[in-house]
Amino acid sequence: MNTNTSLLPLADSEFKWFQARHLLWRAGFGATTDEVDRYAALGLKKAVKELVNYFTIDDGNLPSIDLNPDVMRPPSRQERMMIQKLRKEKKDKELKELRSQRKDRIGEDRDMFSELQMWWLKRMFATPRPLEERLTLLWHSHFASKQQSVRDAYLMYQQNNLFRENASGSFADLARAIIRDPAMIKFLNNNQNNKRKPNENLARELMELFTLGEGHYTEDDIREGARALTGFTFNDNDFSFNKRNHDSQTKTILGETGTHTGDDFVNLLLNNIQCSRFIAFKIYRHFVADITDLESDLTTDQQQVIGQLAATLRNNNYKISSALTVLFESQHFYDPNIVGRKVKSPIHLLATTVRSLSVNVRSDRALRYATKMMGQQPFEPPSVAGWDVGQSWINTSTLVARHNFTTAMIAGTKFGRKKHKFNNTNAYDPMPLVKNFDLSSTPSRTIVDHLANLTLGDIPANRKQPLYSFVSSQENLDRQSLIQLLLLLTTMPEYQLC
Amino acid sequence: MTDQKVNNYTRRQFLNTSLVLASAATTVPSFLMSSSNLLAAPYADAATSSLPGVPEDRILVVIQLSGGNDGLNTLIPFGESAYYNARPQIKINESDILTLDQTQGLGLNPNMSHIHELALSNQCAILPGIGYPNPNRSHFASMDVYHAGDTNPKSQGWIGKAFDASLPKNKPLTTNQALSIISIGAIATTAVQGKRIKPIAYQNPESLRWIAKGSNKSLDKYYEQIQNSNLTTNNPTLDFIYRTSLDAQIASDRLGKAVKRTSKTKFPQTNFANQLKQVAAMIANDLPTRIYYVTLGGFDTHANQIQKQNTLLKNFSDSVNAFLKELKATGDQDRVMTLAFSEFGRRVQQNASAGTDHGAAGLMFLFGNHLASSPTGIHGTYPSLTDLEKGDLKFNRDFRSVYADLLDNWLELDSKAALGQSFKHAEVIHI
Repeated sequence: MNTNTSLLPLADSEFKWFQARHLLWRAGFGATTDEVDRYAALGLKKAVKELVNYFTIDDGNLPSIDLNPDVMRPPSRQERMMIQKLRKEKKDKELKELRSQRKDRIGEDRDMFSELQMWWLKRMFATPRPLEERLTLLWHSHFASKQQSVRDAYLMYQQNNLFRENASGSFADLARAIIRDPAMIKFLNNNQNNKRKPNENLARELMELFTLGEGHYTEDDIREGARALTGFTFNDNDFSFNKRNHDSQTKTILGETGTHTGDDFVNLLLNNIQCSRFIAFKIYRHFVADITDLESDLTTDQQQVIGQLAATLRNNNYKISSALTVLFESQHFYDPNIVGRKVKSPIHLLATTVRSLSVNVRSDRALRYATKMMGQQPFEPPSVAGWDVGQSWINTSTLVARHNFTTAMIAGTKFGRKKHKFNNTNAYDPMPLVKNFDLSSTPSRTIVDHLANLTLGDIPANRKQPLYSFVSSQENLDRQSLIQLLLLLTTMPEYQLC
Repeated sequence: MTDQKVNNYTRRQFLNTSLVLASAATTVPSFLMSSSNLLAAPYADAATSSLPGVPEDRILVVIQLSGGNDGLNTLIPFGESAYYNARPQIKINESDILTLDQTQGLGLNPNMSHIHELALSNQCAILPGIGYPNPNRSHFASMDVYHAGDTNPKSQGWIGKAFDASLPKNKPLTTNQALSIISIGAIATTAVQGKRIKPIAYQNPESLRWIAKGSNKSLDKYYEQIQNSNLTTNNPTLDFIYRTSLDAQIASDRLGKAVKRTSKTKFPQTNFANQLKQVAAMIANDLPTRIYYVTLGGFDTHANQIQKQNTLLKNFSDSVNAFLKELKATGDQDRVMTLAFSEFGRRVQQNASAGTDHGAAGLMFLFGNHLASSPTGIHGTYPSLTDLEKGDLKFNRDFRSVYADLLDNWLELDSKAALGQSFKHAEVIHI
């Protein structure tokens, strides 16, 4: 069956309940039946608009976080001199005291980091602007930095806010800002990049992973780009430009010769047509399909759609919201070969479970453990290349972890080796999911269909056979049997997809 | 219809190699047992050896010594006065050292008596001066380099990439391939992550099992019906998830069963020894696994190093010795090679807290019956203690030359595909 590759809008009459569900799962973190009903009633244009133009939605009720910006503050000049003096005078006692203070601060940073991880996850679970967090997650994986190397929770928080503030705006703004972001500078060692001894790390990733993709620049471009970025460093929590370390001589980058600074370098990359293709490719991979990470392996259909998306980006000054509006309204996005075929990332799995079923996370420790076991801890991507997508999320260990954590949330079963204790042991109440049905008179198959539509989407009846058999084996559907039905639904292979 | 074929192939492969298990395991769906493919299966997986005494189902066990093992107090250059001068508080007295090479003045830490015997009988190769250019002194960054086999590391590891390159394109993984790599512990390291090949992280049989299992019989029945559904779809990702679920059940059963095996050797009572004991049991049970990955942590000895490192080295030496003994007892000694590595060595000069800080060049160990011969067990030259780089030993052998040797000559995988370039073999494997 051929895929419809048109980016023209879907006919409004074809935007029904399952299309609204698809939109809410892909552009957001899932929804309750009531919310799907409401989006279906809005119609395509209004539904997309509400999701994409989220700035008008009040998000004042979200959990807040207050992190101390000074925990990992580097020693001032005065303090450094004092330490040197202590060393010279061999004041071991004082030095020991300083070391122990530092240890305490590292411990405090670790606690702050745990708090930060929980804060972001809970934001995804609760936000009335789901696309904002979906995009923040996309940029986090695109411009990947990790706490394990940065070791400063406040800098990671600051970077996260940068992604959120620019999430649906112009990619150009994000690219220009990222070379001034302290967490990124620290992560890719640009603070060690000076004219006498250039460090190419940031220049390389800027081209390979952030703007152009492999094969669209030379090693010379990296060397020259690194020179342009010399002196781009940070001081405590802020960007700082160190003029003495900056190489102000001429450089030739991608064929353009001049006394390029780091900002000029980024502008050269943004002006390159390949950059729009690369960003379109990344957006497509995040929202539409689990395609190969090699642009050269794309099918003609995929190339065509991504090419159109790239043109939209170019015509709109890289404005992400413009491209997303076209994409989410398009016939292509709702094609049967697209719907239900994308593997949920672990965080997406968690958030869609919480939001669609209104289950309780119950325990921060268990949640943190689950993200680790499933392979996606926020602020800890595996490398600067970010997280892979698609089937790479699924292996024997992570699949079982996925089953087990959704089961733990729904049934309250303890999870993991240490059997993480739940703070909240209240039983989950599934009854609101079926509030519109009279359970004593409704055929049990109808209840199965209703819950399968929400949790799995539009799947063929023969795949629901074990579920039908299960409900018909139950005397009547009550709280306990509904929980068991949900355990079966959420361990269906289809539940890993959206 | 192609999907149908693919699935039958997978199951046939599985049946052919797991016959004993399939008849014993309750979770294996009945359609697999009654499958007509069972008798018609033309595949024979049994290894036929072309070299006598060298089986082709070779196994590599990787031991990660996490934290940066201090090579200088492990293989000790007691012939150098610079060693004693640099380490007034944490030196090891010459009289206590287990000599390997009297002329060069090299010997082992006194807590490594078993490894000492193994080295002198050609069952252990010790490689000094291991490292890579522009060494990174951060644990994570340097470990990433060792995991990736690349000084510009990305998300895949050297072992993962090597297996990926060996897989036929556009064919789903067979159950045997899915069981290629077992990593002991909750999380598997990057070293064994491929794009397609994924390790099984094994903690205990429960870690691969649905937690609600056993709480309600009728629920179990429908859960199994769902996971073992015989349907094929027009959605390859969905089929892939079904297969993975089936693989998880098979792995859970097979691994759970394997580790119940009683060992013939007495292992030390440590977590690390227990990991190796489990690995020995899995090997003896003939799993199709080719890589086992275990970890011994705690080598980051910034303070009071002597006691900490001695305990670790004793654990390392005694546990590996028990492991090799057990392999001998089960007749698996010729098909298992063991590699031990650490992310870096440590600074030559001790610090003020009777410890050592992060350094550069370090040691590697290989254990097995197919090592190039060396009367001392030492392969290569010890780096100079006076010609240093930022206070650290300079490497004289790239760690990837050992990886390349292991990949090409032991595992018969493509080292170039795994490492991105050709490395000269360390020539420490001898088949």
